Amino acid sequence: MKGYRKYFGKKIFWFILTFIAAVVLNFILPRLMPADPVAAITGRIAGGNTDAKAVAQIYERYQEEFGTNLPMHQQFLKFCKNAIHGNFGLSFSQYPRSVSDIIGSAIGWTIALQLPAILVGWLLGNLLGALAAYIRKGFDKVLLPVSLFLSNVPAFGMAVVLLVVFGVYLKVAPTAGGYAFDMIPHLSWDFIKSVISHYQLPFWSIVLVSIGGQAVGMRSMSIYELNADYVKYSRFLGIKDRKIVGYVFRNAMLPQVTGLALSIGTMVGGALVAEIIFSYPGLGSTMYSAVTAADYPLISATTLIITVMVLIVTFLLDIIYGFIDPRVKAAQFE
Amino acid sequence: MKNTIRQVFHSPKFVGGFVIFVAILLTMFIYPLFNPGNPLQQIGVGTFAKPGTYVSLYDATKTTPETFRLPEADENRLAASLSDEDRVAMVEYFTAMGIDISDLDTGDTDTLLQMWEDNYDPSVRPKGMTGARVNYFKRLNNSLQDLKGGDTIIIAEEGEDGALVESKSISTTDYVRTGAVANVKTLPLGTDNFGRDVLKELVSATGTSIGIGLLAGIVATLIGLTFGLLAGYLGGFVDDFIMFITNIFTVIPGFVLLILISYSIGQEQRGAAVVATVIGLTGWTWTARSVRSQVISLRNRDHVNLSKLSGHSLLRIILTDILPYIASYVVMAFILQVSSGILAEAQLSLLGLGPRTTEVPTLGLMMNWAMLYSAHTNGSWWAYFPVILVITLISFSLNLMNTGLDQVFNPTLRD
Repeated sequence: MKGYRKYFGKKIFWFILTFIAAVVLNFILPRLMPADPVAAITGRIAGGNTDAKAVAQIYERYQEEFGTNLPMHQQFLKFCKNAIHGNFGLSFSQYPRSVSDIIGSAIGWTIALQLPAILVGWLLGNLLGALAAYIRKGFDKVLLPVSLFLSNVPAFGMAVVLLVVFGVYLKVAPTAGGYAFDMIPHLSWDFIKSVISHYQLPFWSIVLVSIGGQAVGMRSMSIYELNADYVKYSRFLGIKDRKIVGYVFRNAMLPQVTGLALSIGTMVGGALVAEIIFSYPGLGSTMYSAVTAADYPLISATTLIITVMVLIVTFLLDIIYGFIDPRVKAAQFE
Repeated sequence: MKNTIRQVFHSPKFVGGFVIFVAILLTMFIYPLFNPGNPLQQIGVGTFAKPGTYVSLYDATKTTPETFRLPEADENRLAASLSDEDRVAMVEYFTAMGIDISDLDTGDTDTLLQMWEDNYDPSVRPKGMTGARVNYFKRLNNSLQDLKGGDTIIIAEEGEDGALVESKSISTTDYVRTGAVANVKTLPLGTDNFGRDVLKELVSATGTSIGIGLLAGIVATLIGLTFGLLAGYLGGFVDDFIMFITNIFTVIPGFVLLILISYSIGQEQRGAAVVATVIGLTGWTWTARSVRSQVISLRNRDHVNLSKLSGHSLLRIILTDILPYIASYVVMAFILQVSSGILAEAQLSLLGLGPRTTEVPTLGLMMNWAMLYSAHTNGSWWAYFPVILVITLISFSLNLMNTGLDQVFNPTLRD
């Protein structure tokens, strides 16, 4: 257990460090820029108002509201204190809703969509990649170019294509939203059915895109492992093929777990954009409307939440990795 | 070197990717020669004109016609002018007349018209049909008869006394050659929501996007390479520090940083080059990581140690003893950076954070415009599908080249 403790301790340390860095960056980046966001907002609100005194008053009022009149370190402390209480201020575009309220209603949709989609895509991709490596011949000849091509279709492109084919032409699935627009979220059979039918297109567009990349990676990892010495040795010993394949895939899977941990940020980014295409009521669409409405507090809170979510998933993957790869534990004893 | 290149070009995957990429590049350079002009010029007044060849109606009437008696002409004309509404109305009439329509296909103009001719009787008023409806069928019948030939359209111009004077009459058998008409415009991909020539815009956007990808790739590779080399070769504190930064930036999604920075820069300052640089600045981490691990495996090799003993400078050791060994690797990383840079630009633009929209089109902006004007739900496939296809093809060709290179330099991956 000592090895694990050391491994996890190290991971937790990095997790906390990255978390702090993420919060600091989220706080500092917008403030480093030459443009003054408060001035921009004032300009928008004041509109055609030419009365300099009134504009100055609006500006001061907003400065106070955002606390930008305080020194930087005090601002940061206040930001952290409020963020811990889940308070990100009020949204401009959806005033008087609070930012945490908006994010709270969107985050569930995003997690429910992306987590299963990425996991299913990863599993299917690995399965296909492993099969391609094992069978080779015809299957591989078809699968490799197809997966290579699929993995290069951008997530939003796949979303548009699926939407047009299945939503607009075949009319088998609804094209926009997370549930029928004439419904109010409540727990009933009709509502659940509506949610499921709206779920299909966004889900499969993410799955299809992630299958490709994973299959290509798994295929080459498996080929690499199949040529390894231990496989040849096992064959000489007369160990059954099935058992060898089990070993091979276990070894080939490991880098794929790390690969998932490293690429989850990119995948989430792509999937967020795919959400916009379907007007799915998740964080991606929230971010889009925040950007178009120049809703500053909402953007910064959304990015922070996404970062934290990716951080947590990466951390969990690292933990899982520690359990499935015994070498990690062994390395800690050296 | 020469041998390596020959080996690389023997890899079918690399060659495949290379051919696609070069074809895209060539189109980018050659197409504007045939179709010069500003790609953002709005030539159409309406939105989303369909792809095809447009003949100036005015010029066509001024062109001297030839007479052809084509057997299928009447039928084609009828099929084209018979709207779905008319077809449904005809079926309604047949039903009202009590005619068996069980095996009637409304898409089959020929039988539909034959049936109409056989069964339409202006003197009979079907039961329960209003007078207005009866008149509608009369008009429908008349217009059908007109289209069947013998009818003429009269072109009239305003005479000196203000009255209309017939200047020309066009019959159904008149034809003009497209080459003889003064103004014919072919729009292979129609126009977009602003009435711009999509193909021209697409070619120009592809160029800009590849440029953005290249710049982003160069920035990312330079930063990643420098950090990776320093961290790997120097080790110690420098290594710890660089890896600390790299680890943090690996976990924080680059996409999020990209959004934050792009938003803070503001629409006016966001030119294509700025966006490219920002993309590069957020995407260097994994190049740094992998270069570092390669350098660590190299730094204790004999030839490096020999160089160190000879008192060569740090720069020289890195340039002559380390870089050549990781060059192939850096090239591959660069190719991937280019392709992810193009994708990042497209995603940013879709969020509304792309380059400012007034100067140059990019693939992402075109996509953004098409989505904003709901091209995907109103059936204007030409406004978005070619864009997706081009992004996919660029990315596919780059990755194919990369896989090919990978197989050449890592023999264990060879098939």
